[in-house]
Amino acid sequence: MFDVLIIGGGVIGAMIAREISFYKLNTIVIEKENDVGNVTSMANSAIVHSGYDPEPNTLKAKLNVLGNSMFDEIASDLDVTFKRIGSLTVALEEHQLQILQDLEKRSKINGVDVKLLDAKQTKELEPCLSDDVKGSLFATTAGIINPFTLTVHALENAINNGVKLSLGEEVINIIQNDNYFDVITNKKTYQTKIIINCAGLFGDKIHSLIEPIDYSINPRKGEYFVLAQLPYNFVNHTIFPLPSSKGKGVLVSPTTSNNFLVGPSSEWVNEKDDLSTDKPTLDNVKSQAKLMVKNIPFDQCIRTFAGLRATPSTHDFIIGFAKNNNHFINAIGIESPGLASSPAIAKYVVDEFLSKIIHLEINENTSKTIKKRLSPSKMDKISANELIKNNPSYGKIICNCEKVTLGEIEDELSRSVPLNSVKALKKRTRAGFGKCQGGFCQPLVLSILAKHFNKPLTDILYDKDFSNIVKEETKKEAK
Amino acid sequence: MRNCNLVIVGGGSAGMAAGCKAYELGERDILILEKNNYLGGILNQCIHNGFGIHEFKSELTGPEFMTRFSDKVKQYNIEYKLNSTVINISEDKIITYSNEQEGIVDIQAKAIIFTTGCYERNAGAIQIPGDRPSGILTAGQAQLYLNNYGYLVGKKVFILGSGDIGLIMARRMTLEGAKVIGVAEINPYSAGLNRNIQQCLLDLNIPLYLSHTVKQIIGKSHVEKIVLAKVDEKFNFIPGTEIEFECDTLLLSIGLIPYTALLSKTGMTFSKTKGANINQAMETDIPGIFSAGNALHVHDVVDYVVAEAKEAAVGAIKYLNGQLNNSNNKIDIIPSFGINYVIPQKLYIDEVDDIVTFKFRVNKPYKDINILFIFNGEIIKKIYKTAIIPSEMEMINISKSLFKNNNGQLVIKIEEKK
Amino acid sequence: MKQLTCIVCPRGCQLNIDDNNVVTGNFCPRGKNYAISEITNPTRIVTSTMKVLNSNEVRVPVKTSKPIKKDLMFEIMDKINSKLVYAPIKIGDILIENVDGDNTDIIATKNIDVK
Repeated sequence: MFDVLIIGGGVIGAMIAREISFYKLNTIVIEKENDVGNVTSMANSAIVHSGYDPEPNTLKAKLNVLGNSMFDEIASDLDVTFKRIGSLTVALEEHQLQILQDLEKRSKINGVDVKLLDAKQTKELEPCLSDDVKGSLFATTAGIINPFTLTVHALENAINNGVKLSLGEEVINIIQNDNYFDVITNKKTYQTKIIINCAGLFGDKIHSLIEPIDYSINPRKGEYFVLAQLPYNFVNHTIFPLPSSKGKGVLVSPTTSNNFLVGPSSEWVNEKDDLSTDKPTLDNVKSQAKLMVKNIPFDQCIRTFAGLRATPSTHDFIIGFAKNNNHFINAIGIESPGLASSPAIAKYVVDEFLSKIIHLEINENTSKTIKKRLSPSKMDKISANELIKNNPSYGKIICNCEKVTLGEIEDELSRSVPLNSVKALKKRTRAGFGKCQGGFCQPLVLSILAKHFNKPLTDILYDKDFSNIVKEETKKEAK
Repeated sequence: MRNCNLVIVGGGSAGMAAGCKAYELGERDILILEKNNYLGGILNQCIHNGFGIHEFKSELTGPEFMTRFSDKVKQYNIEYKLNSTVINISEDKIITYSNEQEGIVDIQAKAIIFTTGCYERNAGAIQIPGDRPSGILTAGQAQLYLNNYGYLVGKKVFILGSGDIGLIMARRMTLEGAKVIGVAEINPYSAGLNRNIQQCLLDLNIPLYLSHTVKQIIGKSHVEKIVLAKVDEKFNFIPGTEIEFECDTLLLSIGLIPYTALLSKTGMTFSKTKGANINQAMETDIPGIFSAGNALHVHDVVDYVVAEAKEAAVGAIKYLNGQLNNSNNKIDIIPSFGINYVIPQKLYIDEVDDIVTFKFRVNKPYKDINILFIFNGEIIKKIYKTAIIPSEMEMINISKSLFKNNNGQLVIKIEEKK
Repeated sequence: MKQLTCIVCPRGCQLNIDDNNVVTGNFCPRGKNYAISEITNPTRIVTSTMKVLNSNEVRVPVKTSKPIKKDLMFEIMDKINSKLVYAPIKIGDILIENVDGDNTDIIATKNIDVK
């Protein structure tokens, strides 16, 4: 019997699992994908929003601002790249200056430190902006983060503290008994006292397994361009247009890996696994971005992708007990600013809900931190050479574009969150993220994984089941 | 810090040829740095034949061609380091490499020849619409998996792009038991060499769809189908021309790009090819840094790569002997109508012995044309061609004596006959 | 009159060959020979790999020692696929003798060292 079973290993499930892991509770995370943080937590803008945008007095406003303030410590504890580069929300027409002032007022109510800048100040800060810029709202606390490692490292921390994790396991049914639940998956049945629903896009479906619901979680797609690392920074801040009913709009931003993101679009789609991109939408993203920022090097595009927002029909995060069962806690409908809010959501779920239904006793044998990852490309030469002397694998570069060494890959394979696919490795180490997109390193990575798992190359997955990269060995009958 | 007269970055065919030539010209302080565990670069996976017709006057396979050069490197006793990846090249020619035995090491080079080859354009660069399943690979990846690892990446394959590696892979995969359904090319002409169209497609009854490209990829975890559609002259899809193909793999052969990321911090400028801008001695903007082979511009024949690398070695040796003194008298080479790019981009004519070789590609096929070389407004050379195509690099020699001046502009363009 | 693309070298000349085997469009004499043999007796060099044991490499690249009849390509692939070879192997080593009944051998095109 588990005390807590968390459904969903995205950033919300991961942060909650970590928060719970500091207490003496028997906890498990069930994730349907082959890797943690593989859906919405993977494909998003990777922004830690400041909190100027959400409607005051909503959960979004409260948890965004609180979450943002927690990121310096979280990122340091979890060894995740995080940079407070600040965001500029730009007005391109005179009449929009009024909207900026309204946003400034809203920021004050939400408790966000912002500055209104005129056209000249704005251009000084960000010379690449369109000459049409009339002014901007500068939010200094906005940041960018590596969303892949945030989820992985939070769960690593949780697992090291005793939480269990099962991947590739999908919850099919939940049976409510007197003092516990039976959670039936495609693999087995678990008994648990408490369920925390962090099932993202499928949060409504999971909730509806225990009671009728009067809301829905709807997939809203966002398509992006990823631009290559450039010898110069063409933008230094996250650039937003004015927000609209469709969200915060198409942004242009550096990423923590020195790439650039342009997007997202905003389209309702029918399928919760529709991650396809299409040309008209991307063309529109391009033209939106060009209105704000001059000379975006779209010829340096290395990838396009789509992500799905888990947009709730309620317009706010859905966090709290189920209507008829206070041992079932929802943490769903977490669309933007979900990433920024995630540490605050975890604290909120534990402090306001979990603590009300189960005794929380601090476990002294836990840690808030994980062992730091070492990367010669990010170290001074003396320390890097020290590292290579102790472990020569750190001298062997596997991914040329991103300078990822064999040592880093081996370290990742030894960590507590299972690493089952080429993509899982890519998310953790950036091997294959560069200009050649794995053209050179993917065969090496595939061999490393096959050797590590002692499996034939045909058994190694790119991502999901049936995503094997090589299909068949040739000349098997040779005698 | 170790000093070295000539460091060659990349031990493929260009790097080895440059090293051997430099040795033959008398240089003994040479170091070749190679990331792989063998010398030879991409030729190791190019097991088909057709290499060496110019260099060795016989038709070799890729591994045979590379072995001839690696044997020579060993015979000359030229120092080379395998499994050693160069991670930085500075403006003042300090090269930093990394390997397991030595860690991260700096070398002060007097001259550098940059021969890192090229990488394949991939799905991200052309933004193919649709799902993001696995089963979309570059032709070169599929080639490595098949020829060196012994695995087919798919059993039912469609190929986008008619580049030579794609065509070669159509034949290789068919011979090894896969079904290749077709090859699509967005242009109305093939990007590959004619002989590959004949031997790799026509021989095996594989259809080539010209003016077609992939409109959509379908498949959640693995490629299940692709939708092909015809395009107009502006590459817009023509509605109603869609054809659906069931397949498990989409191979991309949509172009090769010089792999020059390492040079980006030196401050040198780059040409349209994404390779460095160079002069007649294959020298980049940074005195003493030379570039050749596919790292400079993509070649269709390795023999030309090798020839170019030897020129770079000649340039580097001249530099080491203090014989390259790029003066202020410079001729800028300007590709104009019909010309996609020209190598070199600048010319110090005073330093040319007697002929300059211009290498260029046209932007589309032409028939019955003149190629004009216009120096400071005056036509100094006019060459008639019955046909000229982008997939074949043109090489034209011009005598130094035709340049009456040592500075100005040389415009190269195509004149279509009316 | 038949039209062919010459494959002797990368130039790829467009050849015309008439009923009397007169060839036009060729840049060099090899083109003429190619056109005539392509019409009368089409042949190809086949390149492939063979499975190799006793080495860190798992495949050795191979080729036919001379062009073989085009129609025999797949038959010869079957023979290449069914034989296992062992390192060490040197370039030019004969791995299958007389693969086509016409004294064509399958030979290695790469040196393969022992593990």
